[in-house]
Amino acid sequence: MYVAVKGGERAIRNAHALLAEKRRGARDTPELSTAQIDGQLALAVDRVMSEGSLYDRGVAALAIKQARGDLIEAIFLVRAFRTTLPRFGFAEPIDTAAMRISRRVSATYKDLPGGQVLGPTFDYSHRLIDFGLESGDLSAPAREPAAPAGPADAQRPVPRVTDLIARDGLIEREAEPEPGAPVSDITRDALAFPAARDARLQNLARGDEGFLLSLAYSTQRGYGRTHPFVGEIRFGEAEVELFVEDLGFAVSIGDVALTECQMVNQFTGGGGRPARFTRGYGLAFGQSERKAMSMALIDRALRADEFGEERKHPAQDEEFVLSHSDNVQATGFVEHLKLPHYVDFQAELALLRALRREGEAAEAAE
Amino acid sequence: MTARAYNFAYLDEQTKRMIRRAILKAVAIPGYQVPFASREMPMPYGWGTGGVQVTAAILGPDDVLKVIDQGADDTTNAVSIRAFFVRTAGVRVTTDAEEATIIQTRHRVPETPLRQGQILVYQVPIPEPLRYLEPRETETRAMHALAEYGVMHVKLYEDISRHGHIATTYAYPARVADRYIMDPSPIPKFDNPKLDDCPALQLFGAGREKRIYAIPPHTSVVPLDFEDHPFERTKFDSACALCGATDAYLDEVVMDDAGGRMFVCSDTDYCAKRQTAKRKDAAE
Repeated sequence: MYVAVKGGERAIRNAHALLAEKRRGARDTPELSTAQIDGQLALAVDRVMSEGSLYDRGVAALAIKQARGDLIEAIFLVRAFRTTLPRFGFAEPIDTAAMRISRRVSATYKDLPGGQVLGPTFDYSHRLIDFGLESGDLSAPAREPAAPAGPADAQRPVPRVTDLIARDGLIEREAEPEPGAPVSDITRDALAFPAARDARLQNLARGDEGFLLSLAYSTQRGYGRTHPFVGEIRFGEAEVELFVEDLGFAVSIGDVALTECQMVNQFTGGGGRPARFTRGYGLAFGQSERKAMSMALIDRALRADEFGEERKHPAQDEEFVLSHSDNVQATGFVEHLKLPHYVDFQAELALLRALRREGEAAEAAE
Repeated sequence: MTARAYNFAYLDEQTKRMIRRAILKAVAIPGYQVPFASREMPMPYGWGTGGVQVTAAILGPDDVLKVIDQGADDTTNAVSIRAFFVRTAGVRVTTDAEEATIIQTRHRVPETPLRQGQILVYQVPIPEPLRYLEPRETETRAMHALAEYGVMHVKLYEDISRHGHIATTYAYPARVADRYIMDPSPIPKFDNPKLDDCPALQLFGAGREKRIYAIPPHTSVVPLDFEDHPFERTKFDSACALCGATDAYLDEVVMDDAGGRMFVCSDTDYCAKRQTAKRKDAAE
């Protein structure tokens, strides 16, 4: 029983044992391997890596297994692991224009250099339960060869759409990075307001997909409209380089799978700026389009002050958004209400009783 | 799972009746947004679930269906929706705007003039024209009931005072039958004049927002403007690079990363027909 005031130790041990048993499920079905989770629940792994802020498919898959498929719990596990890892350096900025593209779509141009590459997507599948999957692995439908001018050729350059628009000067310029300038690190410094854009993007990158999704949706329904177009979504592998002091140059330390979303937002001028398109930016590990798109919408909404837009909706309120985006923080504080609060509750009881007594006494006196 | 597990055109007959009642009400009150019990569809909200439900409710076995997105029959979502109705209803499909009895569209009105007996079904993301001025539905419904549209004119006026002209280029609001202001869905304002006095029935379905509205044939649809700042259709500096059309809405295609651009008809059916006609002329 949970109720025991003292001696909860054995209860906790038993709860853990029960949890382990429940996690395993029925013994007559084979146990899940992390390779299966990585390979067949890949998008769950992507999400856990993104919000766990750690690019390690094996650890993320293991966390999902340990968390019984509860992704926020898995993200929590990954974060708690990540925080123990030593930091030996900062990577060079990733060049997403040089990504090896698996998917690349633009909603602003019908065709463009590098082409539209659908890649693996649910976008155009009819959501009919495929009962065939239940009976085991069916051979996948055969892929037809791409059209002659097919964009599958990974060697062709695939310039970023925003760079194409920028040639005409119709979109704001990206601020040039200052070499050697310090970059915010929200895992090392407490977030301060107003936050710089780098800190804000870091916060959104590890922010809860559901929270960001709903906020982004609210901007589309009038609560802080940003007139967005998907300039581009690209998913693929990008090289990570590290500048090694001893060598004096940057070396490649591996590839990461990334989803990048560049929202192009209409802007008719104001705040001392001319009419031009503005940007919202989203980046996530793995194939996490919903996340990257939501992030890009909110990034733009949060730039309200820059463009002289009135801030009156939740998605435009930096402090509101950034303080509540982290699901590990949020779930901790919401769920902590399950913990004993006997002492505080007792104090409230005493107060209520005192107030009632005073009220009754006053009534009696009338 | 086979298509046989589903009714003709996916939706069950009860649901179709419910949607048809909403459509009848919408036709009876032009431009008024009729709430309806929108269903979960096997494609995501935002992909045209409203249009698909309307089409499913009005589609008969003898209909000939055309589906376009951005004016084109070959865009991925148009292909997908067309395939959906081929699979679930087995109806005949076409890319020919004249042959079609029902045309489902996203973001365009065909360049080929519609005729009596045809139905144009629009996919609508945000049915409420006042939404970006007033986010609350409770407020906007009252504003429509009272025909209290001043705020919209103020918005357009503010555009003019800031930019010298009205800065709305698509989803341009219009007044239907001298009463309700409606959102024509995100068609370019280039297409607005085609809505007015159109011989075809125009139906608008918004699945996520659970609204249907309609423009019956030969109804007046007037884009909002001011006497001294009349509504202006978007004009193009160039002609279509494929068919030479100067009266059509054009897509910009980026040719290279050195600034190369090409303009082509967004309406692929219109463009293809013009190209065929040109080739025939040249051959004769």
